Amino acid sequence: MNAPAGTPSPRTLDPLDRLIVVATQAGLPLSPRPYLSVAEQIGSTEEEVLTRVRHMLADGVIRRIGAVPNHYALGYRANGMSVWNVPDARAGELGRRVGALAFVTHCYRRPRHPPLWPYNLFAMVHGKSRDEVEEKVRQIAALLNADDLGHDVLYSTRVLKKTGLRIADKEEKPCSA
Amino acid sequence: MDALDRRIVNGLQGGLPIAARPYAEAAAKLGVSEAELIERLQRLLDEWTLSRFGPMYDAERMGGALTLAAMAVPDDRFEEVAGIVNGFAEVAHNYARSHPLNMWFVVGAAERGRIGEVLAEIEVATGLPVLDLPKQEEFFLDLRLEA
Repeated sequence: MNAPAGTPSPRTLDPLDRLIVVATQAGLPLSPRPYLSVAEQIGSTEEEVLTRVRHMLADGVIRRIGAVPNHYALGYRANGMSVWNVPDARAGELGRRVGALAFVTHCYRRPRHPPLWPYNLFAMVHGKSRDEVEEKVRQIAALLNADDLGHDVLYSTRVLKKTGLRIADKEEKPCSA
Repeated sequence: MDALDRRIVNGLQGGLPIAARPYAEAAAKLGVSEAELIERLQRLLDEWTLSRFGPMYDAERMGGALTLAAMAVPDDRFEEVAGIVNGFAEVAHNYARSHPLNMWFVVGAAERGRIGEVLAEIEVATGLPVLDLPKQEEFFLDLRLEA
């Protein structure tokens, strides 16, 4: 699933699509006919909702429909964000190779902010212990070899918030302190 | 979590079929009844083994925008700043991490312009700089983890 560089061209959602997004972004109803429940909630039909959902999946608006496990509950308590300084000209190729490793769940190229932040490649590594994460980080270092100009691993020590994205929430309001 | 829970978590990360009775189809593959699958999914959500169940939307494909932001927060202000950052509805996840940049959060909004506004509002409200680290290229996204 390698995405091309840059931001993909967005697809415009019409009002009915957006109602479906709002109705399902926190989760699909756990009822035998979930799309009928959604349709009733938004004043549409089950068939129309199914058609829209199929289109959104085909267009990549929906990545997939399914279970999102809580890493901690599955025993993946060590969540290491490995960050790498690699030559910019090689970042695309190296990112593809690191991203293809089975234990890397996300891999992104991001901007540096020198001198505070020299790293331009992020690879999220999940493990059941820090030892396991560190062993995996050594595998990435070995793969990058001379292109590893420096790296670090940032462990999450606490989840401060985890609500998921609510990008189409009509009630979304910033509440600045 | 028993063996069937594990099969459900592993089997349903890949995708629920899009059908009028998707749980019935998925249940047939797992060798359980539709009612039992629904009941177990509800329990896995209640126990927080699953953080959610349903469509995963790609904010950027919907014209929305996302960024990863980081801050170096003095220890004695950590809780106060976490409260300010978490108070923004646009902040989806926020993690404390072991690094001088010790607070890392994801900001998502329907419009790209709003991201910059949120980061600027956080800087004003906290008096601390916020590093903006938007993704420039995505190489892989597979959140599946073996249960």
